[in-house]
Amino acid sequence: MTTVEEKAEPGRKRVSEEVLRGFFRQMLLIRRFEEKVEERFRAGELPGFLHVAIGQEAAAVGVCSALAREDVIASTHRAHGHAIAKGTPIERIMAELYGKLEGCSHGYGGSMHLYDVEVGNLGANAVVAGGLPAVVGAALTFQMRGEQRVAVAFFGDGATNTGTFHESLNLAQLWKVPAIFALENNGWAESTPASQQLPLPVDKLGKRASAFGMKLIEADGQDVEAVYLAALAAREHALAGKGPVLLHLRTNRLTGHYIGDPQIYRDRDELKRERESKDPITLLAARLELSDEELAALDAEITAAVEASVEFAKAGTDPRPEDAVKFVYA
Amino acid sequence: MPELTYREAVRDALARALRADEDVFVMGEDIAEMGGSMGVTQGLLQEFGPGRIRNTPISEMAIVGSGIGAAMQGMRPIVEIMYEDFLTLSMEQLVNQAAKHRTMSGGQLKVPLTIRTQGGAGWSPGAQHAQQLEAWFVHVPGLKVVFASTPEDVRGLLWSSIYDDNPVVFFEHRTLYPLKGHVPDELEPIPLGKARVHREGEDVSVVATGRLVHESLKAAEAAEQEGISVEVVDPRTLLPLDEETIIASVRKTTRCVTAHEAVTRGGFGAELAAVIQHGAFDWLDAPIERVGARFAPLPFAPAMEHWVVPHADDVLTAIRRTVARG
Repeated sequence: MTTVEEKAEPGRKRVSEEVLRGFFRQMLLIRRFEEKVEERFRAGELPGFLHVAIGQEAAAVGVCSALAREDVIASTHRAHGHAIAKGTPIERIMAELYGKLEGCSHGYGGSMHLYDVEVGNLGANAVVAGGLPAVVGAALTFQMRGEQRVAVAFFGDGATNTGTFHESLNLAQLWKVPAIFALENNGWAESTPASQQLPLPVDKLGKRASAFGMKLIEADGQDVEAVYLAALAAREHALAGKGPVLLHLRTNRLTGHYIGDPQIYRDRDELKRERESKDPITLLAARLELSDEELAALDAEITAAVEASVEFAKAGTDPRPEDAVKFVYA
Repeated sequence: MPELTYREAVRDALARALRADEDVFVMGEDIAEMGGSMGVTQGLLQEFGPGRIRNTPISEMAIVGSGIGAAMQGMRPIVEIMYEDFLTLSMEQLVNQAAKHRTMSGGQLKVPLTIRTQGGAGWSPGAQHAQQLEAWFVHVPGLKVVFASTPEDVRGLLWSSIYDDNPVVFFEHRTLYPLKGHVPDELEPIPLGKARVHREGEDVSVVATGRLVHESLKAAEAAEQEGISVEVVDPRTLLPLDEETIIASVRKTTRCVTAHEAVTRGGFGAELAAVIQHGAFDWLDAPIERVGARFAPLPFAPAMEHWVVPHADDVLTAIRRTVARG
């Protein structure tokens, strides 16, 4: 967590430039990591099914930066950004994607099951909305034990159509547990647009909170400062014993659903416009007025770190096949 | 030794664990003031309060799922799913989440969650309140599956399930709740994965679960009148399975009948038959007979329901068939 300053505009909280620069670095790290993952997948080096979070970096960084280390998250199939933002070193994530023992799930999880319990990542889930009930249970535990911690579930707009979502929010509000439901609304359920899966306008999806009498906090998911401030407010609300929060973040998926998705369902011009106007990294770079030299230097540093994570992963240890059964039971 | 009903024995295990351990709590539908639809949790609210005896909405996915989340934070939740038919509503959380977190995390997490449920025919509720679905869960690596048939067993096994570090699906049989039996003064944990030989015999082994343990014991007495000596074995834990005890029994008797109330096809008896033929092939003198329900959704009319599910005479018929093979 970082501090928030009151700036010139009265009543409006702002985040210091130094903090924003830290966010920028993390967002760029996620972007370059995801681009490298795409590249290595296309080169045939990475097994499995991969979903990158290009375009959604501000949501991951803004939310996780508002959390304490002892707060926990549950992530989704689009998990890499959340894992990085919650504090897992990229080389351990990359090693997981290569199926190595050094990976954050020791090669048992893969891209859709990144765990790092030490930093509070209770796991990414490949079932849409699958992690929500466990977040309610984690938050219930914090409440029962009187611990000042929150549990956060990431999920997308598609997840809000599942029964699990409704059961989880209903129970969380009923028991007023300190949970934050971080809705990354990118307007797509895989290939299905909002118009075909949501009975209300995509920008109004936060209204679902009212069905449960739940506190709604909304922010532009492409503006990391707004996300961060909203997440801080959500955490404060939850920790004050006022109950859970639906944190609605309108975001943009600037790539396909999965790596290799030809996106035949998507309007090319619109995607181009989104890439030009909704890229959270471009937006933040402009706001920070980063010089070309600064940007190039930072990019070079991050690119080298990502490259090093690939080298670390490739040099990692392959699991023994027979260890597949090692953790079936505790 | 005190005498308890099966219902009281379950309650006793719950109360003792709740007293012993702040991390234990119970949640489910109608379990607080009402004491559960089967009356199992009556009195617990008064002793332990609403913070630890928690009524829930009708949300099976969230009940099991929040139990998982609490378990992963180090609690030992016991969740009640009112009827095992309703386990179907929580399958995603049970199968994809509870069973898999430990492996998916590479051993970082454990899920010490107990899911109590009950079912069983004999009271004409129709097709959605009395199924026996235990075999489904035996097919899921990461879960443990228990099905207890006596007051002593249900108490000792429930205790072990609560203190097991894995998710345990714990089956109780509705018609056994009033059954009385002696239990030790002090609760003795019964390890998961240990079968119980209820009756020793020489000619046929009946491996039975749940209500069919008692039906098989009746069948064994009837068979004795006909000069057939029957051994009755209750695995008690279906996963992990005490293969050693079961195979040893069949090697001794050379004949085997499996018996459960669930439908025969794809039932736990099929798994038992596979284990037994592999472990006792050279000893077997007759094909393994399987006793179970006919392949039909449970019908409502009492006469039809009675005909669909197996009883002692079905077990006796199967025993006679194995002996008739010589």
